[in-house]
Amino acid sequence: MNFRAIQAIYLFEMARAWRTLLQSIVSPVLSTSLYFVVFGAAIGSRIQEIDGVPYGAYIVPGLIMLSLLTQSISNAAFGIYFPRFSGTIYEVLSAPVSYVEIVIAYVGAAASKSILLGLIILATAALFVPLQIQHPIWMISFLVLTAVTFSLFGFIIGIWADGFEKLQLVPLLIVTPLTFLGGSFYSIDMLPPFWRGVTLFNPVVYLVSGFRWSFYGRSDLGVGISLGMTLVFLVACLLAVRWIFKTGYRLKA
Amino acid sequence: MPVISISNLSKTYASGFEALKSVNLAIERGEIFALLGPNGAGKTTLISIVCGIVNASSGTVEVEGRNIVSDFRAARSAIGLVPQELTTDHFETVWATVNFSRGLFGKPKNPAYVEKILRDLSLWEKRDSKILTLSGGMKRRVLIAKALAHEPRVLFLDEPTAGVDVELRRDMWELVRALRETGVTIILTTHYIEEAEEMADRVGVISNGEIILTEDKAALMSKLGRKQLILNLPEALPRVPPRLEGHNLELADDGCSLVYTYDTKAERTGITGLLTDLAAAGIRFSDLQTRQSSLEEIFVDLVRARR
Repeated sequence: MNFRAIQAIYLFEMARAWRTLLQSIVSPVLSTSLYFVVFGAAIGSRIQEIDGVPYGAYIVPGLIMLSLLTQSISNAAFGIYFPRFSGTIYEVLSAPVSYVEIVIAYVGAAASKSILLGLIILATAALFVPLQIQHPIWMISFLVLTAVTFSLFGFIIGIWADGFEKLQLVPLLIVTPLTFLGGSFYSIDMLPPFWRGVTLFNPVVYLVSGFRWSFYGRSDLGVGISLGMTLVFLVACLLAVRWIFKTGYRLKA
Repeated sequence: MPVISISNLSKTYASGFEALKSVNLAIERGEIFALLGPNGAGKTTLISIVCGIVNASSGTVEVEGRNIVSDFRAARSAIGLVPQELTTDHFETVWATVNFSRGLFGKPKNPAYVEKILRDLSLWEKRDSKILTLSGGMKRRVLIAKALAHEPRVLFLDEPTAGVDVELRRDMWELVRALRETGVTIILTTHYIEEAEEMADRVGVISNGEIILTEDKAALMSKLGRKQLILNLPEALPRVPPRLEGHNLELADDGCSLVYTYDTKAERTGITGLLTDLAAAGIRFSDLQTRQSSLEEIFVDLVRARR
């Protein structure tokens, strides 16, 4: 294992986050705070409790997931896309670094950033609404698992994208709608039976549901199913990454 | 044992373009090898395969006896690469980017060594500058510093002096020589013949994905050193006059030109004697010109000779 290479790439990526602090940390925290103000305070005060949880507190896990998913994807996608775009990827490809090490470094850095962000948002949320975390270990586990899985997904997008537009395409057109429709702001039990059934095809539902369970001990779906679905997506991403490196897709001619 | 041995290396890109056709090449330890060839000949593809940036279609490459695929860690650890394009992390400082390269190759931190490289390349004053603020020549130096950061034993320089001013070119040549003194094997690609002439111990010529020849520089230069003096005559001559037969002259243009071939590197070119003898023979000429085979022509000749 070339640990120094992993460390070099990881620290390089983390340094990039500090350079772009406004974009990496401040902007997501600000937008999440706006959600709390609008949904939590302004509208939330008129909405009754869901599953015995005040609405403002109910949406916290979903909001963290929303940021975690979008930031994991965009961090990892940009992290690998930019060296491809600028040409500096030559150095990583010509270094004595294995594919596993490249993935650990880039995905690890992207996941670290989004986990940090998730915790900052959690702390921010605690300022607005009363929070409780019944299963802290599970909460951290879901946080890490989701960050890693979606950073892998972002890494794949960063390799697939051949322009900045494509880089934004998946997060904007697929991930954000899926997150909004994934029960971040409501319980899927509030939907008519047909739409509830449709929603079960949305992978984000399982993430939000499991994550919310770790906070309040209640969820739309069984926590085992949530965990299982997250792992399935993780394995699918790992297989895709393995295929990318095996074939050299978009990395090596 | 050669430091790099390339056997039957071929590369066909997805587009169908055949960039390398069964290339065989051996580079000896400690030499400066110049790979010459026109644009699109396959120079960069060859280097990219050896360095691990492009996958070969078939054939094998070994660096210090290590296969570049099955034993890529050992093979790549030995190699430093200075790419042709000025690809740098614009927002990084010089110091950070050179140390990043060292880490990428698994080497422990060594600030004293990195400082030495930066000083040797006149980059020390710029160590805290962001790369985007540097001039093109300085960026080229940064790329060299990055390639040297992990103390490579083999250094690839892909068109190192393309678009570089004379001063930097001289600096670079000096640096390459100094590196060779420390035992580093250097492979440089270029399409400037003077660069090969100045630097190389051995020269390889590549054209259309094939290595046409590998030869000691001295031997190749003697071919390149041949020059022709063409004398245009006001009246055609039926044959070379007997008085001038000792001068290795040929008639051309239906007898309207006399062509004298000589070696510019020779101590005596024989031009003065020829002109004296021409005057003595009463041969007048209306014009004269000299021409030298360009590298391009030599490529063409070499390719034709192979067919």
